[in-house]
Amino acid sequence: MTLRPHTVLGIAGFGTFLLLLELVPRIGIVSPEFLPPFSDMVVALFQQLLTAEFWLALLDTLKGWFLGLGIAVVLGVVIGVGIGIVPVLRELTASTIEFLRPIPSVALIPLAVLMFDTNLGSVLMLVVYASFWQVLVQTLYGVHDVDPVARETARSFRLGRWSEVRYVVWPSALPYVMTGLRLAASVALILAITAELIIGAPGLGNQIGVAQSGGAIASMYALVLVTGGLGVGVDVLFRRLERWALRWHQSVRREVMA
Amino acid sequence: MTVARIAWRVAMIVALPAILLALWWFLSEGSTSYYAPPLSKILKTFDDVWFTGRFGTDVVPSLLRLLAGFTIALVLGVGLGVLIGSIRSVRAFCEPALEFLRAIPPPVLVPVLILLAGIGDTMKVFVVVSGCLWPILLNTVEGVRAVDEVLTETCRCYRIVGRTRLYQLVIRSASPQIMTGVRQALSIGIILMVISEMFAASNGLGFTIIQFQRTFNVTEMWTGILLLGALGLVLALLVRLVEWRVLRWYYGLRASQRGSA
Repeated sequence: MTLRPHTVLGIAGFGTFLLLLELVPRIGIVSPEFLPPFSDMVVALFQQLLTAEFWLALLDTLKGWFLGLGIAVVLGVVIGVGIGIVPVLRELTASTIEFLRPIPSVALIPLAVLMFDTNLGSVLMLVVYASFWQVLVQTLYGVHDVDPVARETARSFRLGRWSEVRYVVWPSALPYVMTGLRLAASVALILAITAELIIGAPGLGNQIGVAQSGGAIASMYALVLVTGGLGVGVDVLFRRLERWALRWHQSVRREVMA
Repeated sequence: MTVARIAWRVAMIVALPAILLALWWFLSEGSTSYYAPPLSKILKTFDDVWFTGRFGTDVVPSLLRLLAGFTIALVLGVGLGVLIGSIRSVRAFCEPALEFLRAIPPPVLVPVLILLAGIGDTMKVFVVVSGCLWPILLNTVEGVRAVDEVLTETCRCYRIVGRTRLYQLVIRSASPQIMTGVRQALSIGIILMVISEMFAASNGLGFTIIQFQRTFNVTEMWTGILLLGALGLVLALLVRLVEWRVLRWYYGLRASQRGSA
């Protein structure tokens, strides 16, 4: 396998980033007390990997992420398609959606704490709220973008409402839905970790808070790097999923051929 | 548009929010539930809580932090974005590291930045910057990369270089993308402003709201939630307005292209 120069430069860039992370504290630009050298973070990471706590926290985070994302996607797609195919409903709800969407999810934190204390429920509440809008809005765009000729053709052939949704609306909207899913997956992960950090629900976010207040600085940085890795992983996974789900679609097929 | 059509549109926009608010108002009116006080009571409390001094001591500092962080992120993001986007090898060099940094959930940086910058205003502004920077930066890079080649070459033929080229060609072409980044950044910015204040602060919106929750002042807490929601809405509208002003040429261009196609 030959590496393209683009990839080589990328690896070099990432290497430089890690090198800076090692050198900045070593030279003393920032005190190692506050920013330990990268090698210390790696050591702390390996120590973490050996503890059961770390894996339980990771599992908790993934559970909150997965459940929340699942609920949000089902709700978003069902409601999005339901509203999207009926023009009157679409017009009627547009303003409400525009009003509710910019409400920052963190506004719900105090409410979540009162209702669910520090349980999974409060994490789910934030995750579902934030990722629901991503899916809903993309689904609405998708349904709106269905070729009118195709829909009218389907109607001329007397496809029922259900078949129309299944064979005309859904495939046309799928690229948008997949975009929504990918965005929602990243947002859900961020919100899950945020909720853990602030509310104190069990998970990686909570571990970061614990490490910071306990003075285990290298561990804290190690966990921050883990969350970054998790974020990249989720992004890559859902890009793959998107390509797989849309492998029949023009845009992907053209890309593969080129 | 005829009067009837305009009336229909307005009715469509107003109907559902009005129904929902009315429902909330009447269903909660007799509510004795501790968690869901009547809306009428929340609205009455709203005045007392926020417009008797708190506005100046809590809302304004929060907004100033947000503004400072957002401005720094905008300048840095567009500046670095233009640089990274225009030079192919720099872009290849930086991309993986940037993608990784962006993937770190920004709120996680709050404890990190508390270490590096203390718990003062500097930390809060940095937290906002650390979250707002990535969407602006990465969108600018994409926008700069996609500058129309014909335009680039035309500029070269006319020897348009330096500042004129930067403002008239590069940033202008990238501005639709930059505005997308700005929109995303602002919604992240509000969240981070609130979170950083929930963590460590002696004033600000986030601090006040969490304080109400901890002292079980549920009605006051609801007013805080309403205020945050309203703030999110107003800022989103503001960005929409700026976008409409800045990108008027772009919408016109797109409309004419669609029309001729």
